[in-house]
Amino acid sequence: MTTVAVLVEQRDGAVARPTLETLTLARSLGTPVAVWIGAEPGAEALAHLGAHGATEVRHLDAGDAGRLPKVRAAALGAAASDADVVLVTSTFLNKEVATLLALETGAGVVVDAAGAEIVDGRVETTQTVFAATWNVRTRINAERAIVGLRPNTTQAAALDEPAAATPKTVIFEAPETPETLVSVEPVPQAEGVPLAEAPVVVSGGRGTNGDYALVRELADVLGGAVGASRDATDEGWISHEHMVGQTGTTVTPALYVACGISGAVHHRGGMQASGTIVAVNIDPDAPIFEIADLGVVGDLNDVLPQAIAALKEARGA
Amino acid sequence: MRILVTVKFTPDLQSQRSFTDGSVTRTADDGSMNELDENAVEAALQLVEAAGEGEVYALTVGGPDAVAAVRKALQLGAHHAIHVTDEEVAGADVFGTAKVLAAAIRKVHDETPLDLVITGMAALDGLTSMLPTALAADLGWAQLTLASELTVADGTATIVRHMPDAHETVSAALPALVSVTDEANKPRYPNFKLIMAARKAPVAQWSLADIGVDGASVGAIAARTTVVEAAPRPPREDRRVVTDTGEGGKVLADFLIERGLA
Ligand SMILES: Cc1cc2nc3c(=O)[nH]c(=O)nc-3n(C[C@H](O)[C@H](O)[C@H](O)COP(=O)(O)OP(=O)(O)OC[C@H]3O[C@@H](n4cnc5c(N)ncnc54)[C@H](O)[C@@H]3O)c2cc1C
Repeated sequence: MTTVAVLVEQRDGAVARPTLETLTLARSLGTPVAVWIGAEPGAEALAHLGAHGATEVRHLDAGDAGRLPKVRAAALGAAASDADVVLVTSTFLNKEVATLLALETGAGVVVDAAGAEIVDGRVETTQTVFAATWNVRTRINAERAIVGLRPNTTQAAALDEPAAATPKTVIFEAPETPETLVSVEPVPQAEGVPLAEAPVVVSGGRGTNGDYALVRELADVLGGAVGASRDATDEGWISHEHMVGQTGTTVTPALYVACGISGAVHHRGGMQASGTIVAVNIDPDAPIFEIADLGVVGDLNDVLPQAIAALKEARGA
Repeated sequence: MRILVTVKFTPDLQSQRSFTDGSVTRTADDGSMNELDENAVEAALQLVEAAGEGEVYALTVGGPDAVAAVRKALQLGAHHAIHVTDEEVAGADVFGTAKVLAAAIRKVHDETPLDLVITGMAALDGLTSMLPTALAADLGWAQLTLASELTVADGTATIVRHMPDAHETVSAALPALVSVTDEANKPRYPNFKLIMAARKAPVAQWSLADIGVDGASVGAIAARTTVVEAAPRPPREDRRVVTDTGEGGKVLADFLIERGLA
């Protein structure tokens, strides 16, 4: 039976949602074991992981140094030495970790995947490329495979009969690295669901003129996260963590609402694979309309308040 | 300060991109240097300018068209250009490409030592961000990746890395590999004088034999991954654009409710 190691993403000691998605996918590939790097997991986290299919939770701690790609890769390698397949959430850090682990083990790597399955004894992945305009299937020729999975591409599902995951501590000594972590300055986290994982994203661009009140309110009503274009973050209207696009965060929510965003190729590349796309823009020729399921040509200062009111009313009814 | 910048030829983002036999189709007339590599060239030029001395090398690996990428770097102000081209490189994956780049970098470094290798954060055509890590590992140099800020002083490079939960400051002794994000700087525009000079500037052409790399170890046969299917995504069906004449917000709300999204 194939052993599938899943690197757990954590938020404040809890299991982050993308990991539940990754575990769900892991179950379709073999026997999932979770790898937890950091302070020891609590009972709730263990239960959560077990409910989503982890048979074991292998725990190791490298302290702050665990933030360095080399240390993290060594930790994952130590905990997943018996795994045929390693699944991680496709973040910038994990892409580096996957690369280093592959160099160590000879595994083949695909990152930014939307799915994976085993075909004739090898892992094959699906993903979108070129600003999500093409679908691609990639076969990993190597015996061992590492796959980075994008959030929101698999529906997380708990087991019908949840089993308990067995916690195991892995002895690990962090390797010396030529890189030194000088300091770590935490960034305040936006409330609610993180952008990359949100089922709904409402984004504002230059068309907001710097006022995000309406965008935030619509996001609140829809239970979503707030995104932005690069022009908006460059203006300092909203922090860089909110930027959606090829060099910002790639999002694949069920619903993406673009407000006052023209739809430059760099922006589209980070959101084009979203389920449903809605755009509000004053310019009928804005490229964003080419990829929108619903486009509303109009001033966001008129359209959004009316939409918010109508949604609230429908909810109240 | 001697810095080598790796640059990649990529198809123009605005043009239609496609796949042929599992590889990205690239043509000379609709491609240039990967946009994000402009930040790498800029970072190198700024360091050399601040040091008041030094040289910038631009290096690319790829077919005959790829020379456009190093020409662009020359236009921006790079001093030397190297183009590694060899039929056996075709189909290389990220590890193969890193191996070829590393061999070429060693050839430069062995002649006169380099202080830094700088790369872009990703190639906008593939966007995997894996290459800088693979290249640093192959060179056996420190990896300072995804730098939003870069400073070099007293034989040490220090970067600031913007991770989603924290800003990290990481440092390493030179020589080191740095990848810079598009936040790191604002790339300059080529000036006329440099554009003219770049046309005539020599570009060193190296084959795999020149850098001591066995083709079988890097090309398609060695690749750990193969694209087995590629197809354009079907366009979205039933797209609708309405003009707000006073009811636009309601239309939007109704649409979301209808689709079960609100
Ligand atoms: C290397 C590189 C990487 C990049 N990466 C990214 C990235 O990751 N993400 C990203 O977003 N960008 C990125 N960019 C920038 C990108 O090219 C665009 O410049 C940017 O996305 C434009 O932002 P915008 O749509 O907000 O602004 P604009 O293009 O100025 O569009 C503003 C839109 O608002 C509309 N508007 C104005 N007023 C109103 C109103 N009252 N009501 C409704 N609509 C209104 C206008 O009609 C217009 O369409 C990158 C650029 C480069 C060179």
